[in-house]
Order: sequence, then C-alpha cells, then structure tokens
Amino acid sequence: MPELFGIPITGANIAFFVLALIILLSGVTVLMMDKLMHMAVALGGVFLGVAGIFILLGADFVGIVQIMIYAGAITILMVFALMLTQNGDETRTAQPHPTRTWLTLIFTVVFVGIIVIVLRSVQWPVSQNAIEPFTQPTVNLIAQALYHTYMIPFELVSLLLTAALVGAVLIARKEEE
Amino acid sequence: MALQPFLTLAAILFGIGLFGALTKRNIIIVLISLELMLNAANINLVAFSHFLQTPNIAGQVFSLFTIVIGAAEVAVGLAILLAFFRAKNSADVKDVNLMKW
Repeated sequence: MPELFGIPITGANIAFFVLALIILLSGVTVLMMDKLMHMAVALGGVFLGVAGIFILLGADFVGIVQIMIYAGAITILMVFALMLTQNGDETRTAQPHPTRTWLTLIFTVVFVGIIVIVLRSVQWPVSQNAIEPFTQPTVNLIAQALYHTYMIPFELVSLLLTAALVGAVLIARKEEE
Repeated sequence: MALQPFLTLAAILFGIGLFGALTKRNIIIVLISLELMLNAANINLVAFSHFLQTPNIAGQVFSLFTIVIGAAEVAVGLAILLAFFRAKNSADVKDVNLMKW
C-alpha cells in the first residue's frame, strides 16, 4: 500500500480529503465574500460536500436527504431572502470593530484547537469492520427505526413542521390595514 | 478510515460557523452560520453511527431529525427576517432591538 505522510493512499482517503477541502474552502469563502450572492453559491458547496461525506460514511439516504433539503431547498430559500432584502453588497452595512473580530477569531481558534486535541487524545472504541458496518441497506434500517422505535418523535416532528409552516406564512404575510 | 478525521472536520466546520455567527452583522449570514454548525453536528452523528463498536442506525435517524428541525428553523427565521425588513428596512443585527427595554 503506497503511503503519503504515513496515510495509506486509498480511494476512501482520497475522497475524504477532497471532500474536506471542498467543505472547508467553501466554508471560509462563505465568510470572506463581499457579494452576498457569491456567499449563497459557496454555501451550496458546503452542503454538497457534507452530503458527499455522508455517502462516504455509508449513510446514502441521509446524503440524498441532505442534497434535497439543504443544497436544494435551504440554499434557494437563502437566495430568495437575499434578493428580497439586500442590494447585493454586504459592505453597505457597518462592520464590527476589528479588535472584536480578532478577539473572536482567537477565541474560536483556541476553542477548535482544544476540541481537536481532546479528540486526538481519546481512545475511541471503534469497530473493526468499519467498511461495511450494516448488513442490511440503510434505508430498510432507517424505515424500521423511524416507524417502530421512533414513532412518537416522528409524529411530533411532523406536527412541528406544520406549526413552522403555518407560523412562517403568518409572520411573513403583509399585515392588512 | 478512522473516526478522528471526521470528528476533526466537524470541529473545524463548527468553528467556521461559530466565528460567522459571532462576528457577522447581516442576519442572513448569521442564519447561514447556524446552518453550518448544524451540519457539523450532523457529520458527528453519522460518523458515530458508522464507527461505533455495535453500529447503530439511531445516529442517522437523529441526523434526519436534525435536518428537519434545521429546515423549520430556517423557514421561521427567514419569515421573521422578512417581517423585520418590512418594518425597519434593514437587515442588520444591531437594529433588532424592538423587544429590548
């Protein structure tokens, strides 16, 4: 097995690093871009990369749902909201104080660094047959779990979606005189 | 593949989302950053569901629930944003002080 920096070069590893690169570059682009529309496009890149990570992890159904809901619906919703409320340029609104931005950046980097150090130091009890952990297709397993074990949460979530839908329409509606 | 690279990726994505939510002044960008953090949590759930000693589908089911809640949150958040924009003609976090006293 050829190695690069001690990491064996396999298809899964290459896919992981390419997807991670896409996600992180798009994520940084989301925060760096001045034009809000470019931001929304980069957001689609993040969501598609996360969907690729899900499929790489064998969660194909969750990956497809991620593409449909996040990369499809939520990105388009964001674009609509941007077009309804902006003039296309973020620089119009005042930026926060640079000292505050730098302090937040330092805090975030330290926070993520602590998390990563802890992740590296813990001995996770991982499975040995991690390539194909599930014997059945995941769609079957998800359906069984959703309609037997998690029946009541499933119904509650449908209730929550209905409430959110009605609430969103009610709030966004133009008020009558 | 090991578990740690996925958790590290999720931690960095969470950090990007946290930085955006704390520093940006535009409400839509704050909402986008919240979505990034939710996605990072989803990566963690699916990774643990895949790599645990007894692989468990519950992680994937929970990530589905998270996606649904995230979608509902975006719908309500953008509706509030539109109503706010109509009232104040601004999308700046600083102007959201109607309920402050």
